[in-house]
Amino acid sequence: MSSVAFVFIAILTLAAALAAVTLRRLIHAALMLALSFLGLAAFYFFVGAEFVGLVQIFVYVGAVAILIVFTILLTRRETETTKPLHWFAGGAIALLVFVALAWAISQSPALAVSASPRPSISVKQIGETLMTGYVWPLLCLGLLLTAALIGALVLVMEEKR
Amino acid sequence: MTPTLPVFLIVSSALFCLGLFAALSRRHAIFILIGIELMLSAANLNFVVFWRFHPTPVEPTGVMVAIFSIAIAAAEAAVGLALVIAVYRHYRTTNVDKLNQLKG
Amino acid sequence: MITLDADHAWLIPAVPLACALFVLAFGKSRHWLAASTAIVGQIVAFGLALLAFLPTLRAPGASSLHNFTWFTFGEQSLRLGWLLDPLTAAMLLMITFVALWIFIFSAGYMAADKNFSRFFAYLSFFTAAMLGVVIANSLLLLFICWELVGLASYLLIGFWIDRPSAAAAAKKAFVTTRIGDIGFFLGLLWLYHSTGTTLFYDNGSGAIEPQGLLLIGGSSTAISLLIFCGAVGKSGQFPLHTWLPDAMEGPTPVSALIHAATMVAAGVFLVARVYPLFAFGAIHGVTSSLSVVVWIGVITALMSSLIALAQWDIKRILAYSTVSQLGLMMVSLGVGGVAAGIAHLIAHGFFKALLFLGAGSVIHGLHHEQDIRAMGGLRKRMPVTFLTYAIGMMALSGVPLLFSGAWTKEEILHATSHWPVSPAPYFLSMLGVILTGLYMTRQMIFVFFGRERAAASHAHESPPKMTVPLVILALGTVGLSVILTPAWPWLHSYLTSEPVVFRSGSLIQPMLLVSLLLVALGIGLGVLFYRNGIDPFASSAIFSFLHRRMYLDELYDATVVHLARTGAWLSDIMDRYFWDGLVRGVGFIAETVGLVSKGIDEQGLNAGADESASGTRGLGAFIARGHSGQVQTYLGVIGVGMLALLLLYAWLR
Repeated sequence: MSSVAFVFIAILTLAAALAAVTLRRLIHAALMLALSFLGLAAFYFFVGAEFVGLVQIFVYVGAVAILIVFTILLTRRETETTKPLHWFAGGAIALLVFVALAWAISQSPALAVSASPRPSISVKQIGETLMTGYVWPLLCLGLLLTAALIGALVLVMEEKR
Repeated sequence: MTPTLPVFLIVSSALFCLGLFAALSRRHAIFILIGIELMLSAANLNFVVFWRFHPTPVEPTGVMVAIFSIAIAAAEAAVGLALVIAVYRHYRTTNVDKLNQLKG
Repeated sequence: MITLDADHAWLIPAVPLACALFVLAFGKSRHWLAASTAIVGQIVAFGLALLAFLPTLRAPGASSLHNFTWFTFGEQSLRLGWLLDPLTAAMLLMITFVALWIFIFSAGYMAADKNFSRFFAYLSFFTAAMLGVVIANSLLLLFICWELVGLASYLLIGFWIDRPSAAAAAKKAFVTTRIGDIGFFLGLLWLYHSTGTTLFYDNGSGAIEPQGLLLIGGSSTAISLLIFCGAVGKSGQFPLHTWLPDAMEGPTPVSALIHAATMVAAGVFLVARVYPLFAFGAIHGVTSSLSVVVWIGVITALMSSLIALAQWDIKRILAYSTVSQLGLMMVSLGVGGVAAGIAHLIAHGFFKALLFLGAGSVIHGLHHEQDIRAMGGLRKRMPVTFLTYAIGMMALSGVPLLFSGAWTKEEILHATSHWPVSPAPYFLSMLGVILTGLYMTRQMIFVFFGRERAAASHAHESPPKMTVPLVILALGTVGLSVILTPAWPWLHSYLTSEPVVFRSGSLIQPMLLVSLLLVALGIGLGVLFYRNGIDPFASSAIFSFLHRRMYLDELYDATVVHLARTGAWLSDIMDRYFWDGLVRGVGFIAETVGLVSKGIDEQGLNAGADESASGTRGLGAFIARGHSGQVQTYLGVIGVGMLALLLLYAWLR
């Protein structure tokens, strides 16, 4: 049962990702990206990290994908000029990297571990961990997000003539 | 039965390579950003999966890293897209072929 | 009674660091706020140092440490820690006290500078880094703070960034000390490799405790020599001493801070800290690494005091004298007189800060004139500066009884005379003492005696902000001698963890007479040679040889720097022609492929006119572009590189 689910999710995610990187129209690609992110969220649910899955949906599907769509609307007068050579070179390198990675994964003896019983992590537990052991990273992250917000605003402000 | 760790890793490396593919071959800046987001997600998946296959996944370490990483990725996407808009305003293009200021 | 133990020792460097950040953040245009924050920070740090000093008095050799885990990777964890032992406590007191008065002096000296606040922020940062070096109980932590000291000195030497010479001097100081630091870092890695820890003391399992030393075994010589490379760079020992005199380009309080309390002391301190490593396997107190230390020290001491004889710049003379005194300290450490070396370091910290601040006062009074030939007769115009400077000069030359430098120098000579390997360092150090008296007398006569020359006629005494620190430091120099006399060698016993006893009989020792003779010889010759305010050797060939610093800078320029330039030129050529050619070659292949695909495209023209038209236009642009400046290309190259690494790994397996 779970194997079937896994295969289904994997195919969905990878196919959506493939579509997202190969489709010609940007807007289609963005939608496919959102779908791929949804698949990833499903993966997180699948391995027992429900909270990460939810965050994935909220942040990626809800925010990042929408952001991309907005950017596409703001910069629409564009034609895609990807050449066959580009496709070929990029594809070859990516494929080779994949083969190498897969080879490394299959060769590694350290990965032959069986899964432990499905852990259950409550949101409460995550919240407590965030507020105790991870409070400094959390504060730094808050600072980073503020800085990113300001930085993004400064970047898109009208240039002075 | 659940799938084994290597299978998960194969999936995440496939996702990573799709991202790499986009970042390498597409000429539109937003496509490159999409590729980068995919690569980041693949890394995230690795964190969570490694945590899941840890002998004692009681401490939610991998989950924490993934959450932080998603938050950082959101910041990165915001700044990246703002950069795309700024570049578009300045050069009237988002085709990275025309952006070769690094050329010596 | 409130005391500070090792658990809270981090507070001592943290206070100046916090002040530095505060001044950087809020003090930009508020000069008064910047100076007072930095000075209050120093006062607090000095108070904390006092509190840390008290527990070490409880029993001889009392020390406490506090270790903690920085991070864990796999099975191994990296641990850092703080340490409070007599060596640390004495250094803490000396650094905070001297730095405090230098800060106050700076408030007067730099008053007219527009970057006043930045200066104080850097000064605070500098002392914070140095205090970190002193309290570190881990070679890694020491190294981190050590590099921060290097950074701070870079910022301070090049403080007047609009002067090209200052920028060059800062760069030179940074690069030269970095050369030594490579050795230091290698030594650190090697030490970690052999012992699995970077802690000095860890209740028996630290790297320089017997157990750790046994793990190191035979490689202790190599490790200690590598670490010594770092000390050579930082403490300006031959052959890496050339940066130190150039560092005089910085504002004078910086020179005082660098040459007295902090940076140069770090090298000597480092050797003293890891001394068990140097002395491991010693036979009669001699190891090959210690012998290297001795000979480097002797060469440095002699060479730089000779060069000091032929300089005209008031600060450069002091700089070379610092180099030679550091050489003496190294000699002392090398022959086994650790306590003597550190005692001299502390005494030197006081009187060299005094001398530099005195020089600063003179320069300030003469409106930034530094050439001693333009000075003269200043003893009437600047009486306070003159008197304090004279005290510093006598302490440096080693005039016995009341001046701290005399006792420590005597002790160094005493330790050197017992070195079993060779008597040469003993006699050469004695020669160095004579030369010290000689060049200091020369400087005194040129600056303060004789007739008033060009710049001296409108000189004025400095404001109290500058003279008060001079007086305090002068009092400290004299006062320090109380705990240094052989009759009641308190500091010595404190450092060697022995109970101190009072023996009035040992006040007068044969060595005292010897050093009295040497000093009298040096000063007497000085008065004889320079009594007319003219240098009788100024036109001789040997003088110009020494004046040009034995042509060592030129030698380095011709060899090391030239070699580096050639290397840079070669890699530039490689970059331009070979690698770029490679990229262009790939580009050419791509173009050919493009042409072929263009052909295919043209075949497809009939099928989809619109698509192919844009494709052909794009191809044209593609061919015209000629392949470069694309970040994506670089990303692709990175991917290929990763593949190559993986292939290499698979092949090696």
